[in-house]
Amino acid sequence: MLLIPCPWCGPRDESEYHYGGQAHIPYPDDPSALTDEEWARYLFFRDNPKGPFAERWNHTAGCRRWFNAVRDTSTNEILTVYRVGEERPATAERGGLYSARPAFEDEALSGPIGGLGAEPPARTRTRTNTRTLTFTFDGAEYQGREGDTLASALLANGVIQAATSIKLGRPRGIFSAGAEEPNAVIQIEEPFPEPMLPATTVELYDGLVATSLPGQGRLATEPDPARYDAVHDHCDVLIVGAGPAGLAAAAAAARSGARVILADDQPELGGSLLGTGELPTWVSETTRLLTTSPDIRVLHRTTVFGYYDDNHLLAVERRTNHLGAAAPPNVARERVHRIRARRVVLATGAHERSLAFADNDRPGVMLAHSARTYANRYGVLPGRRAVVFTTNDSAYAAALDLAAAGVEIAAIVDTRDDAGEWAERARTAGIEVLPGHAVTGTDGDTRLTSVTVSTYGRTEKQREFTADLLLVSGGWNPVAHLFSQAGGRLRHDETLGTFVPDSCRQAVEVAGSASGVLDLAGVLAQGAAAGVRALEAEGYAAQAPALPAVPAQPRPTPPMQVFTVPGREGAPRFVDLQRDVTVDDLTRATAAGMRSVEHTKRYTTAGTANDQGKTSGVLASGVVAELLGVDISALGTTTFRPPYVPVSFAALAGRDRGGLSDPVRTTALHAWHVTHGALFENVGQWKRPWYYPQDGEDMESAVLRECAAAREGVAFMDASTLGKIDVQGPDAALFLDRLYTNMISTLKTGMIRYGVMCRPDGMVFDDGTVMRLAQDRFLVTTTTGNAAAVLDWMEEWLQTEWPELRVHCTSVTEQWATVALVGPKSRAVLGSLAPQLAVANEDFPFMAWRETTVAGLDARVCRISFSGELAYEINVSPWEALALWEALCEAGAPYGITPYGTETMHVLRAEKGYPIVGQDTDGTVTPQDLGMSWAVSKKKPDFIGKRSYARADTARPDRKHLVGLLTEEPGTFLPEGTHLVADSVLPAPPVPMLGHVTSSYRSAALGRTFALALVKGGRDRIGERLYAPVGGRLVPVTVASPVLYDPEGAHRDG
Amino acid sequence: MADTALSAPPRSPLAHDAHRLAAATRASRGAIRLAELPFLAQVNVRLDAKGGAADAVGLALGLQLPLEPNTVVRTGELTAVWLGPDEWLVVGAPGSQAAVEARIREAAGDEHVSVTDVSAQRTTLLVAGPRARDLLAHGCSLDLHPRVFGAGRCAQTTLARTQVVLVARDQPRAGFWVLVRSSFAGYLTDWLLDAATEYLA
Repeated sequence: MLLIPCPWCGPRDESEYHYGGQAHIPYPDDPSALTDEEWARYLFFRDNPKGPFAERWNHTAGCRRWFNAVRDTSTNEILTVYRVGEERPATAERGGLYSARPAFEDEALSGPIGGLGAEPPARTRTRTNTRTLTFTFDGAEYQGREGDTLASALLANGVIQAATSIKLGRPRGIFSAGAEEPNAVIQIEEPFPEPMLPATTVELYDGLVATSLPGQGRLATEPDPARYDAVHDHCDVLIVGAGPAGLAAAAAAARSGARVILADDQPELGGSLLGTGELPTWVSETTRLLTTSPDIRVLHRTTVFGYYDDNHLLAVERRTNHLGAAAPPNVARERVHRIRARRVVLATGAHERSLAFADNDRPGVMLAHSARTYANRYGVLPGRRAVVFTTNDSAYAAALDLAAAGVEIAAIVDTRDDAGEWAERARTAGIEVLPGHAVTGTDGDTRLTSVTVSTYGRTEKQREFTADLLLVSGGWNPVAHLFSQAGGRLRHDETLGTFVPDSCRQAVEVAGSASGVLDLAGVLAQGAAAGVRALEAEGYAAQAPALPAVPAQPRPTPPMQVFTVPGREGAPRFVDLQRDVTVDDLTRATAAGMRSVEHTKRYTTAGTANDQGKTSGVLASGVVAELLGVDISALGTTTFRPPYVPVSFAALAGRDRGGLSDPVRTTALHAWHVTHGALFENVGQWKRPWYYPQDGEDMESAVLRECAAAREGVAFMDASTLGKIDVQGPDAALFLDRLYTNMISTLKTGMIRYGVMCRPDGMVFDDGTVMRLAQDRFLVTTTTGNAAAVLDWMEEWLQTEWPELRVHCTSVTEQWATVALVGPKSRAVLGSLAPQLAVANEDFPFMAWRETTVAGLDARVCRISFSGELAYEINVSPWEALALWEALCEAGAPYGITPYGTETMHVLRAEKGYPIVGQDTDGTVTPQDLGMSWAVSKKKPDFIGKRSYARADTARPDRKHLVGLLTEEPGTFLPEGTHLVADSVLPAPPVPMLGHVTSSYRSAALGRTFALALVKGGRDRIGERLYAPVGGRLVPVTVASPVLYDPEGAHRDG
Repeated sequence: MADTALSAPPRSPLAHDAHRLAAATRASRGAIRLAELPFLAQVNVRLDAKGGAADAVGLALGLQLPLEPNTVVRTGELTAVWLGPDEWLVVGAPGSQAAVEARIREAAGDEHVSVTDVSAQRTTLLVAGPRARDLLAHGCSLDLHPRVFGAGRCAQTTLARTQVVLVARDQPRAGFWVLVRSSFAGYLTDWLLDAATEYLA
């Protein structure tokens, strides 16, 4: 959602605006002096540059002002805005690029190093004081603890297999401890069915019933009873992620006065620190600081999943999912936050990457840091005896923590020849380290039983370890999804061997391991610095927060970039576990000629599952790079698109469903219509009575009855939905003369004229009536659906082309309720209610209006007819509309007064050949095509559309004209939209089309069906036989005049 | 027959919904207050802010028409709401529209000023209480934080995809006026009551 600055109202969402096309295309001074080519150029030709483009916008939902904006068409950035009439200002490129890591080199990046480092936290299942929860998985009942995820609870019960794979049906185990999970995607069955949720992100609750899935879930067949909603949020700084970097950034903002939102997907703050068990005191102190700072909002269980224009981010907050059946029904289960942030700090962390080795998918193969998280955060040991397979230092800390927690570490297998100080540290703890080695195979069926190890690069078996756990670390991928969605560019970092954020056009900074910094002290320092910078940029005095001391770590050894590992012959090496894509599949893709990861992705489906390739994306790029013999930096990643995690349609739909799916407009008489059994038709957003069926009536008989009442007695209709615009000012008449095709200025006060409005291309845009209220004041009516568009149209011309005209336009659509009173008896009914009104034809002629009282109410009565019958439109205050309506009911009762709806209105007007703009026209129809040359002034020097009538195209004899159509069989009904052809036998395609049916009805007055149609050269075909293909047969029809009822107008005056 | 009509009191757009608004207010236990303020006089004024008429009209109304976008000026019973650089909505006590219109026309004299009674065009919803801002944030993309949208601020924007005029009332606790086109008022009421579900006991 762009944020467009209105020159008056300031920045507003783009949804408040209407686009008006290229700016500085003035209406020609004298269109009649232009050649056809020059006029066509004005009408149809516009620039289409790449780069800055001056265009017109209207703040439709705000101050209704037109203004100009210079927008860069390649980035959508609004470079400047200026008022109509002002010169286009010079524009420089906006802002330029924000570096994802500004002033990075100035920051202290490392904590103390050297020596053995801190002791790992020794604890298992520390949450002894938490509540026990009972849940069911695949039919078996288990116990878990409050604070568990479904995955950690399953692991605590010794269950690791949680799925079978989608294509190959191989058993798959819990692979990670977070949103990146590719394997353990499960179905919740109770309390409400929900498919495809990673077990690693489902918080455990009492009574949870879940099942494992074969790679695909099942949608619920019953309606979801939960509420979902959305809110708009605003902040100075949005911090995404509450790990060490995000917490440090937020701590910098505490008490600064800045409005900060800290969004984190977990129930508690700490991020990766919860998994490593580091700095627990600092985490709890910072949590307390943040939750007591009045301007800081902490959104728990909230995943920011989309990053859009102008720092507009979408997040989903899971508010009651974790409560299960205990969730209060009046609280939204999930809430979408639409966050507009002045600045954003992304502290989204990093995902550990796997390696493509033989049989790397058995349950028991797990990312090393995830296993560490299960031990430290959940107090759960995911296995008893583990082999660790790594290319970098980080898995050593995991091995040490797990060993301290009671897992027997059989060996650490490191592809690097020299694993440095961390290896020493492990050996000191009694762990065997095999540098220069790799895992070349695994065994086990539903669970890993053994791991085969060889010298790195060789495939013959050298060692075999019995193990139920294989912890893997192939390095780290910064979570750059949101940064990339923001339009940020990634660059390949040689040292890290992965892609890191580089620069972005939006005001965003990336901190911590999301930017590729992996040592804790560096992460904290960078987070704090990012927070301070963001605050200072927003004008707040920020103070660098006190950061905790980080225990010494062994000296780091550079990681080794490894993607594929040769292994046991014929064994699959999985790249994308969720899509069952292997190295062999990618080999086939490159062999077939795929040269880009975007192509291999689509060829193999790698990265297209609902985990969006979080653990496999960079691995796939690395494998493809190896296969093509190029460097991964040349290949890049596939495009990151929202949503970062799967978001349910229910959450996205929120409350915009059922009766609230779209605004509904009703008239002051709506309740009466409902009470009296009306069925409703949607006209724009209006609910209009369609017809009023009486006992047992179908639509056809109800409409025939209503039509007969209007033609023979008296009938009435709620016409309040017609658009009404008050046009005031000394130049009002001149203005309307320019806007309408016919002459308005000659209209006398007290009289009404029908008018047609066209676009400059001469095509009909709207029609309605114009009442002259006073010398300098008119009331214009528009079609129901077009009221806002007509007012915008008027404002556009007044503001951008004719600012010198002293005219103002004001919508008064709802200021008046309008009742159409129709039929030969209407004069009698009106006369009985309006004693002061002289209702005789000579006193109150057609197309006149009078101010009087009707039923004691102040009223403006117009003699207008949209049916050809004697008719009135009575306008009163909507506050008194019901009183008027009920008075008409009572006064009309002796004449059998009948309420009628839009269907009857359509029949009555169509019998008279009155077109409905938008039904009988489609933007390619001139007034002349409609047979309304009489409404096109020959006298006025110019009006909008006039020049186009001198173009050859508008004078073609084969233009489509509005005509009547009568089927040979009077009972045959032509569906609207039916095409018309010349012959009784269809020729071979392409069949020449002569036109189509625009309106079709059954007429009580004519005693038969009839239709209106746009037909090529139609007026010259009257009497001609054409054919209409309907349901496989060609129905013969005769072209007729569009005026089929009372062509002499005898009924107009009653 | 005329007598029956005369005896019927005018009906505001939300007359049907008054009891629902009151029930929600009660059920929220002070968290939100929802009510229709029916029949307020509303007069649309268009004039050149730089011309002489602006001062004359201001003098006649006893308030300066606000020139700063998206602000309101109040005196006594009258509130002038900025709608555009040459457009204001003067809101007054029910029934005063004819008098207000006459005062403006008289003050304007021969200057080109457009005055239109739009009292029935929109109705006014009061949205107040400690959770008023949260309630509106469900459907309004503007930042309504008191730092940004404090007393004296107004805005034309959309609420639940419906065009509205929002006015922050003088006291922070006094909440907001939501002026909505009468035809949308029923829908917006349904929307507000549904949005309030979470704040109701």
